[in-house]
Amino acid sequence: MSIATVALVSIGAHPASGRARRAEHDARAVELGLQLAGDSLHVLHAGNPHEPALRAYLGMGLSELHVLEQSDGNDAVPILRDYLRESGVQLVLAGSQAETGEGSGMLPYLLAEQLGWPLVVGVAQIESIHNGVALVLQALPRGQRRRLKVRLPFLATVDNAAPKARQSAYGPATRGEIDVEAVEVVIDDLSTQGAFQAAKPRPKRLKVIKAKSGADRMKAATAKAAGGSGQVLKGVSAEEGAQAILKLLIEEGVVR
Amino acid sequence: MSDIIRRDPRAEWIARNRLHPLHAAMQPTQLSWMGPNGVLRKNVHGVGFIGPNGIKRIDRSGEQQAGASKRTASVAVQLPLHQVAAPAFYIAVVPDMVGGRLSSHDRDLLGLAHQLAGTDGAVLAVVFGESKETAFATAGVDRLLLLDSQGYAPEQQVVGLRAVDNQFAPKHWLLPDSRNGGGELGRRMAASLGERPATRVWQVKDGQCVGRAGAGLQDLAQPVPRLILAAVECAEPVSETRHEALEVELSTDAPRCLPRIEDLGAVDVDPAAIPMAEAEFILSGGNGVKDWALFHKTAAALGATEGASRVAVDDGFMDRDRQVGASGTWVTARVYVAVGISGAIQHLQGIGACDKVVAINLDPACDMIKRADLSVIGDGEAVLQALIAAVDNWRHGAKQDAA
Repeated sequence: MSIATVALVSIGAHPASGRARRAEHDARAVELGLQLAGDSLHVLHAGNPHEPALRAYLGMGLSELHVLEQSDGNDAVPILRDYLRESGVQLVLAGSQAETGEGSGMLPYLLAEQLGWPLVVGVAQIESIHNGVALVLQALPRGQRRRLKVRLPFLATVDNAAPKARQSAYGPATRGEIDVEAVEVVIDDLSTQGAFQAAKPRPKRLKVIKAKSGADRMKAATAKAAGGSGQVLKGVSAEEGAQAILKLLIEEGVVR
Repeated sequence: MSDIIRRDPRAEWIARNRLHPLHAAMQPTQLSWMGPNGVLRKNVHGVGFIGPNGIKRIDRSGEQQAGASKRTASVAVQLPLHQVAAPAFYIAVVPDMVGGRLSSHDRDLLGLAHQLAGTDGAVLAVVFGESKETAFATAGVDRLLLLDSQGYAPEQQVVGLRAVDNQFAPKHWLLPDSRNGGGELGRRMAASLGERPATRVWQVKDGQCVGRAGAGLQDLAQPVPRLILAAVECAEPVSETRHEALEVELSTDAPRCLPRIEDLGAVDVDPAAIPMAEAEFILSGGNGVKDWALFHKTAAALGATEGASRVAVDDGFMDRDRQVGASGTWVTARVYVAVGISGAIQHLQGIGACDKVVAINLDPACDMIKRADLSVIGDGEAVLQALIAAVDNWRHGAKQDAA
């Protein structure tokens, strides 16, 4: 497929040590892009081009990585928007959430809004792209999948349901080239407004028992879980029982 | 607690028999009488009664009395009604409504909305599509707005929310930051309105909100913005008040937008490949299942993920990773069908988060029946066979209707 595809990547942070690494979701976006576009995949980063962790993406088999140079605390949306608008791209892949900074996951939404493109969230697989129409498999919670039809150009974000990223190899990572482009800098106002602090462990929710008397408290502490007024079908034939169960399953929408 | 008055025939007999050594104790004590010199005498020891654990109780309100206390049937407590006649402002909440009902995340969000609304503001819940929820009033919904929505149409929903924004101008918008659609809808709306949201918020206090940032190693504290995407357990759910849940309507219908993303519907996935902890629909078998081939066939026919009780796993009928309960997997299924499981407390703990439980069992007195929302007393095999036939029948009928 020769659809001009761009994968947006960022620098991640290891969840335990906080060390810079390739971001998990972005690496999956690159993987999806490599499966779709092969060598013609265009990988784009907005930030510091001298960060060594960026080479981990090159280690996935890319020959080149494009960087729009800007420093921390700058807004990536306007420069990415201008770059994408001028490049004639058809498909943009991105991770769903950054691992450093605010990590609000707003960037793909803002890009889609400003470019006027549709956005597909949580893509598990892009099944086919044919005549400018893509069939996309979207991941839903609880392991479910949904098929969507969307017209090119569009933006897609991936999360943990997308194919797992291939390993990064050291040789290609050192051989790959980083192509730096200087851009105009836009300051992000969050750096002046919000305050980052070390994450506090969240308080565990206590089970509050609002009992007026000791007997009620005793009951709350010892009572078994009970659904309360359940419907009990006794002395009915198996067919009637099965019909009642099927009715509930259809009402809940679990039997399709 | 029943309303039947309990009599103690032996105590009544002793009270009649003047020769019984306990006769004096059974006599109703005279509290006051006229003495021989015309002075009123009182027996101060006769006041009160001996309580259930042998301690004397004096209740001057006269509510509690010894023995003769009539037990009253438990009456459902009517919570005080919280009314906002003319709201000074609105706090809009867009619940996820997974399966058409409020999830616990939604209830937390409504609790947070009440924290922000105080006494003057009203909480406006915007619900898309059909809802099966009946407890909007106790969950803390002051105003309820039902909007049409079919299938996956986030762009149309954003148009609807913008119409709500124009009419009600809510002071804050609250959405659950979840994968069930709330996180996506909130971000789409933020991009559309041009507002910067606070995401993964877990605390709102004194005009500051704290949310997780990055990969979870940092928190971001900022002044409370207009649009909040809140994490689970962001606040305590409403539990002490009842609310009106008055239905309101949009003055003008939201304009239809041309959908750029077409929903082609759900795709069948292999139910066995879904991790049990997050499976939506589980068919679970226990000691009462004798024909395991039939059980597997039923699971395949229904499209359910298979589970098992400890006994079935110990006996080698199912794999260890299929065990549901305290020492197996704690499941979160929306619908849990238990076949031949009596419901040991460890098993009931494991299905504590399940929404609807269906039990098929021979024993009408077992604990699983007490937990279940629907129970069928009967032979498991016969019911499973009838269930396979009924599902086939229904699918066939549905196809014929469609054709």
